[in-house]
Amino acid sequence: MLKSIAAAIRRLSLTIVAIVAVTIVQPVLAADIDGTIQLLTTDGYSDTIEAIGQLSTSGHPRALAIVQALSDGKLQFSDSAKKVYIDTGAGLVDAATGDAVATPPADVSDVRQNNRVRGVVQAALGALSLFNPDPQKRREAAEAVFKSRDENALPAIDASLAKETVPEVATALKIARAAIVLFKSDAAEADRVVAAQAIQVAGTQDAVALLRSLPADAPKTVVNTAQASAKTIENNLALWSTAQNAWYGLSLGSVLLLAAIGLAITFGVMGIINMAHGEMVMLGAYVTFMVQEVIRNHFPSLFDLSLPIAIPLAFIVSGLVGVAIERTVIRWLYGRPLDTLLATWGISLALQQLVRTTFGANNREVGSPSWMSGSFQLGQLSITWGRMWIIVFALVVFAGLILILKKTPLGLQMRAVTQNRSMASAMGIPTPWIDALTFGLGCGIAGIAGVALSQIDNVSPNLGQGYIIDSFMVVVFGGVGNLWGTLVGAMTLGIVNKFLEPVAGAVLGKILVLVAIILFIQKRPRGLFALKGRAVEA
Amino acid sequence: MITSFLLGGLDRKTGIAILVLALIGIGVTYSNAFLADASPLHVSTGNMLLFGKYAAYALLAVALDLVWGYCGILSLGHGAFFALGGYAMGMYLMRQIGTRGVYANPILPDFMVFLNWKELPFTWVFFDHFPYAMLMVLLIPGLLAFVFGWFAFRSRVTGVYLSIITQAMTYALLLAFFRNDMGFGGNNGLTDFKDVVGYNIQADSTRRVLFALTVGFLAVGLWLASSIVNSKLGKVLIAIRDAESRTRFIGYRVAEYKTVVFTVSACMAGVAGALYVPQVGIINPSEFSPANSIEAVIWVAVGGRGTLVGAIIGAVAVNWGKTWFTGVLPEFWLFALGALFVAGPLLLPKGIVGTLGGLFSFGNRPSRVVPTSPEPAE
Amino acid sequence: MDIAKNSILYLDGVAVSFDGYKALRGLSMVIGPGEMRAIIGPNGAGKTTMMDIITGKTRPDEGEVLFEGSTDLTRLDEAEIAELGIGRKFQKPTVFESHTVRDNLLLALKADRTPFWTLFHRNTKDEDNRIDELLSTIKLSHRAKDLARNLSHGQKQWLEIGMLLAQEPKLLLVDEPVAGMTDAETMETAALLRHIHKSGKSVVVVEHDMAFVRELDVKVTVLHEGSVLSEGSIDHVANDPKVIEVYLGR
Repeated sequence: MLKSIAAAIRRLSLTIVAIVAVTIVQPVLAADIDGTIQLLTTDGYSDTIEAIGQLSTSGHPRALAIVQALSDGKLQFSDSAKKVYIDTGAGLVDAATGDAVATPPADVSDVRQNNRVRGVVQAALGALSLFNPDPQKRREAAEAVFKSRDENALPAIDASLAKETVPEVATALKIARAAIVLFKSDAAEADRVVAAQAIQVAGTQDAVALLRSLPADAPKTVVNTAQASAKTIENNLALWSTAQNAWYGLSLGSVLLLAAIGLAITFGVMGIINMAHGEMVMLGAYVTFMVQEVIRNHFPSLFDLSLPIAIPLAFIVSGLVGVAIERTVIRWLYGRPLDTLLATWGISLALQQLVRTTFGANNREVGSPSWMSGSFQLGQLSITWGRMWIIVFALVVFAGLILILKKTPLGLQMRAVTQNRSMASAMGIPTPWIDALTFGLGCGIAGIAGVALSQIDNVSPNLGQGYIIDSFMVVVFGGVGNLWGTLVGAMTLGIVNKFLEPVAGAVLGKILVLVAIILFIQKRPRGLFALKGRAVEA
Repeated sequence: MITSFLLGGLDRKTGIAILVLALIGIGVTYSNAFLADASPLHVSTGNMLLFGKYAAYALLAVALDLVWGYCGILSLGHGAFFALGGYAMGMYLMRQIGTRGVYANPILPDFMVFLNWKELPFTWVFFDHFPYAMLMVLLIPGLLAFVFGWFAFRSRVTGVYLSIITQAMTYALLLAFFRNDMGFGGNNGLTDFKDVVGYNIQADSTRRVLFALTVGFLAVGLWLASSIVNSKLGKVLIAIRDAESRTRFIGYRVAEYKTVVFTVSACMAGVAGALYVPQVGIINPSEFSPANSIEAVIWVAVGGRGTLVGAIIGAVAVNWGKTWFTGVLPEFWLFALGALFVAGPLLLPKGIVGTLGGLFSFGNRPSRVVPTSPEPAE
Repeated sequence: MDIAKNSILYLDGVAVSFDGYKALRGLSMVIGPGEMRAIIGPNGAGKTTMMDIITGKTRPDEGEVLFEGSTDLTRLDEAEIAELGIGRKFQKPTVFESHTVRDNLLLALKADRTPFWTLFHRNTKDEDNRIDELLSTIKLSHRAKDLARNLSHGQKQWLEIGMLLAQEPKLLLVDEPVAGMTDAETMETAALLRHIHKSGKSVVVVEHDMAFVRELDVKVTVLHEGSVLSEGSIDHVANDPKVIEVYLGR
């Protein structure tokens, strides 16, 4: 009994779909659908099915809306007014015109459905959507068919494929078609094998599940091809997810690099433990905020340039603060690293409080310029412009720093002073000023990092606190006194963190990384790229 | 052997300090219990709790001074040992609540019921026994310090590197204890304690006993630390602080010494935490925050590192200042604390006691001055 | 192997490099029991590196280092080697500055060095006598209660030698003991070292000061670029054309 009903529905919907396909291929003018509407008010299943059939073939602009409403259970009718309405949630609209109805009749009730009606509705809906003028909608319809694998949709798919011009939609249609053919027990074996291969293109977890769910009684060749296809997709997926993790890792790594790179100068090159390093980053972020405030209030058109304007300012502000700290506090404490640690910690507390009393304890709003928002697709990777620019920026800052150290007179003098202070002094290099400038450079770069980090983190007085431990970990892990070590260290930690996250969760992942670094430092106290030999031990 | 060891710890400075502590312990509890509220010598329960808290901090400071002042190990993670001791005590107090919790579960603490847990995690199993809990107060911080120290010191991680990894250690623990599935109350920590070994934890009499105990343990801790630094082992510690590789070439296994003193110090910090928790009535993950550990360092620096008594004075002075500031000028406290961190090393490198000792030849031993020369360039 | 067995210190083919710089390349040397040996060589010859390897501070990349013919020193750390009976004096005097002279010697005195024993250690009469003896040997009795940081440079050198003696080592490694000393102090130091040697200990002295080496009057080994250039009496090596070339340049 049930079986015969199901067969009947299938036959019926097949006809409907075929008709829809034909009508769309050769579109008719929108006809008057009053007659069809009347059928929906009779409260009989057969009439309803008849109405759906007519709607599908009418080509009427309201047809899709009405069938959709029926599918959602939001189609209502009034026997007295002989009208049909759609319940929008906010009130009723006339189904035929789409106009709002101010005073609906009293006898409004739902258009009733049974399984037969529902089957026909779904088929009609799928078919109607396949011919939607919006390519996005067509694609969604094709994906819906892929999920339902409704054999009845096959004619509509074929018809749609014949006239589809958008490549993405065509692909989706082909995949949907292949899914249907693959499961169609009466299709030719060769066709099914071809279909099993074709599904590979989909490349999603759903496709794998679909390929794996092939009934056991399917021909051996079909099953084998399907398994092989599934395997290929899975390998591809694993590859893409690895790539995605690597990308996230690089992104996190570049954030770490930005935060740590200034420290690589002050701690790595000069050996100063600057616990106020995070606050230099924080100052840079607040400079960005202030620049944006001025631009918002006075030159709104320049908003996209706010970051390029903020970068030099942040460098100057943090750099000057750094020079001031070196001249007033740190220079008295050379040779006393633990005291330096405590004094700079004190400075960090005071700076945090200073910013808190000036700007308030709450997060400050820092906007993103248009060129930093949005994303683009690379294969199956979704890449946001913001992250992308931060990676680029981190690498540019790194390269710039290397150039400063290697190619400028300041860099030469810095290296001379850090390698042999008394000799440098004897050669007429003003060592105290080189110390101050080197420290200022490290702090200034931290300020620049703050501009970038203001885009991805909350700008609050506590901003710097979150980075200080990570920064030290990066520098120590990479090897003190080695800028390239800092680069490799930051990227390694970023990537390891992101690969651990899916397995262990974000917090546990971070803990594991911390523990791993602690163990690593004990194994190699001087980091990944340690300088060896007698010079270091002095 | 033990007696001579302990007698060695009773130099004049330590003797006076212990005497003062005893007087405070007896005096304050007596005044709180028997003097009328109106009496000018009456100490209110609130103030007694406050000073009980300071005494617990002072014990932490003594522990820190033992490793930093005498062995040159600047631990930025001693707050972790303090917090672990506190958690061990907190777990005992949680189990004492029994059916008086919101969910009235006889076995499971409220937060576990709330998380829909059915069974007590193994970490909590014996914590309803007081002696076991007290053993854990010593054992857990001690074990962590032993393992951490042994690996770190054997690999010769020293100076700021050690400071940084101790900071990373407490940071990792902070993150871990924030997690609900660790089973230590997550974000909220452990609180709503009812009683301790059968006495109402809120009662004035219990609080007097807790105060006296804290001051007593502080005195014992000071005595023990003083005995250690006055023994030959103490001399070896100072030798390590001043010239580590020389000590090694003379034949001392530096890693063993450091591990021993680090472990002893961690146990003391654990006891301090365990005394702190019943008095403040809560322990939560923020105790692990790196800032707390660094703040403890400044107590020692202000009081005078390498003086033990100075650590006590520094802890009480700084915390009393904190209480005063946060009451009167809350937004200036961090400025004051920051200034203390900067001014300490710059202007008063020997701390209060070290400076006074230099002026008046305080104490009966040659002044232990902060090492000025780093490791020999050999 | 006989040579090794009858020696107190035996180095064979020892090589070590730091970042590609070869500090030692195939250094071989034998010190007999009770022998005193002077080692000279220009800067960078590998003298300090050799000391580092013998005392366990640096591990050699290859080669054999044996103590008393059987103990492999390359597997031990500094403390273990010190306990075997090898004492070392640094180039720059390193004493424990915030300890008294007496405590410096007490710490160096041969005794059980485990933390447990030092914790419960009590000074014995024997130890006090031993320290008094040492104080008079190094002529610092009058400064026993002073902090070591207040000693003069020469006195620190002597205190360090005293600490070396307190360990009762079988072999003493002495790195530039007279650097920065007056002529009179230099002569006294030479006498002190000869006295130590006469008491039956093996001594290896690294020194630049030729007058001092002549004063010691012992067999001399000349190191150059990480290996032995010449060996023999002071007059023999002083007339060796290879040594002259190295010292005077071509």
